Amino acid sequence: MDTDTATKAAPAPKIDWIDKLRYLLQTLAFSLAIAAIQYAIRPERPYEFPLVYSLAIGSLTWACIDFGRHLFPSRSATGWPAGWAGVALPACGMVLGYLGGTALADAWFGFSSWEASGRAQLRVSVVITLVAGLAVTYFFYTRGKAAYLQVHVAQAQRDATETRLKLLEAQLEPHMMFNTLANLRVLIATDPPRAQAMLDHLIAYLRATLGGARSTLHPLQDEFARLADYLEIMAVRMGPRLAFTLDLPDALRAVPVPPLLLQPLVENAIRHGLEPQVAGGQIDVRASTRPGPAGSLLVLEVVDSGVGLGAAPAHDTDRPGSHFGLTQVRERLATLYSAQGTLELIAGEAHGTCARVTFPLNSSTP
Amino acid sequence: MNLPAPHALIAEDEPLLAAALQYELAQAWPELQVVATVGDGLSAVREALALRPEVLFFDIRMPGQSGLDAAAELVDAWPDGQPFPALVFLTAYDQYAVQAFEAQAVDYLLKPLQAGRLQKTVARVRALLAARSGAAPLPETTLAQLRSLLGAGLAPATGAAPTGGPLRFIQAGHGSRIDMVPVDEVLVFEAADKYVRVLTASREHLIRTPLRELLAQLDTQQFWQIHRGTLVRASAITSAVRSDSGKLTLQLHGRPEAFAVSRLYAAQFKAM
Repeated sequence: MDTDTATKAAPAPKIDWIDKLRYLLQTLAFSLAIAAIQYAIRPERPYEFPLVYSLAIGSLTWACIDFGRHLFPSRSATGWPAGWAGVALPACGMVLGYLGGTALADAWFGFSSWEASGRAQLRVSVVITLVAGLAVTYFFYTRGKAAYLQVHVAQAQRDATETRLKLLEAQLEPHMMFNTLANLRVLIATDPPRAQAMLDHLIAYLRATLGGARSTLHPLQDEFARLADYLEIMAVRMGPRLAFTLDLPDALRAVPVPPLLLQPLVENAIRHGLEPQVAGGQIDVRASTRPGPAGSLLVLEVVDSGVGLGAAPAHDTDRPGSHFGLTQVRERLATLYSAQGTLELIAGEAHGTCARVTFPLNSSTP
Repeated sequence: MNLPAPHALIAEDEPLLAAALQYELAQAWPELQVVATVGDGLSAVREALALRPEVLFFDIRMPGQSGLDAAAELVDAWPDGQPFPALVFLTAYDQYAVQAFEAQAVDYLLKPLQAGRLQKTVARVRALLAARSGAAPLPETTLAQLRSLLGAGLAPATGAAPTGGPLRFIQAGHGSRIDMVPVDEVLVFEAADKYVRVLTASREHLIRTPLRELLAQLDTQQFWQIHRGTLVRASAITSAVRSDSGKLTLQLHGRPEAFAVSRLYAAQFKAM
């Protein structure tokens, strides 16, 4: 549509004429306000004087700055030139606007501000141009930045929501749900007490998964109880292909930990370790402590005897949420404990994998 | 019924579900003899070849090898002249299976199993077995469905695949160097363990990208799948030769070796 400007500044973004009109009207409003102030200070002079000078200088300054910024590569988000150009542009704009605007207004009234008679007025208008120009430029700049920040906050909120949804999706994976229900259906007919026990585990698992209160801490024994729910369900499904142990020392039962932190690690151990392996295998979850540079560290390990890290190449990538679980654990550790919270994946000697989470034992972090 | 008692093989990795299927089958089809129950895809192929049952129940998601891959392998290994078993897939949740089985020559069952639904499957399989009580060849509909299933599995699953448009270059690492191989020069992609061999007229490269991921980024008009693990450039094919045992092999312009065509994909090569 605006071919002439587009060819001039190739990399600049397309000019939005509605925006331009809005800025022009805002600038004119500022100019009128300045003219009104000047008239209030010196009511003996005709209103037309400050009005014409203010409008001419104001709109020309606006034009120089607002169109000028399209000539420079700008930070895409704020629309304002980066670096020195961001400072030089309003300075040049104000000088040009002042000189050009004064010349225009001079032409309108038919005299020269540069002659002796207009000198006093000249100083005043320089100061006014400078102050008003800086104020207006700052006004437009902060407005652009605020809009930019608003967009970013909205984006961050969307990302957080998406992460929560993906987490839920990974845990309530249809395969897991329907296979579990299929097993339950069989047990209801053949072994009602076992069906009841499995249903109780499923209820606890669903309650923890859907609870969503992931920012507060819960005792380590609760975390182990949730893992036991999940592993009991999987043990019914996989039969003799899955064996597991949970090892939680009494002294560590009450230690506060982020809820469901280990859940993705246990799921990975089953999905990528044991499931591809025909013979199945064993999962051991254990908690211990070890001295660290600043107080004791809590060490939580999920060890499996599965196919190991190197195996299962294509298998790994074509299922949803395979790398997502690890990323999610790392991010939560980083948020809660910064550099003191770590997740390591260690390959076993022959095969198998150990996922080890370490973070401060007596951390007052929420 | 004048047919001999049919045999079935169940491949399902969850023991309770395997037992339940066997129990439900005993109700719905008393004459059917379940000759083996296995828990992984590799045993499924081995036992099916050894026992030659008339009906196969394959879970799609199994350790070792998926039910789909097991079926594809079985199609190739199945002896000529023998009727291929009626194949029924089991799955807890597979949106693509539902789409691909609309024609329903082979059936699929969703878990949890419903007795009424299983009866329909049994009726369908019995009708199929009765209709081909002579020695019928492998029906092309079965092959077509299996092909579409194997193909359907890769498109929606790999999140990154469809974005970049058709692949123009293969980046193949040789030590610290990366060779840019134009796709236009590639004659064959062949899966080998964790790698894919990329063959041009003069060279061979190894890349780590899985074949199924490549397949999604290649022009299927240019590259034909002739085997689960082999894609060849269609314009480079000079001849297809059928051996005495019925195996089909391709000769390519610019490569000395012959490439085996899987029975699954052999229908592409017919004399006009």
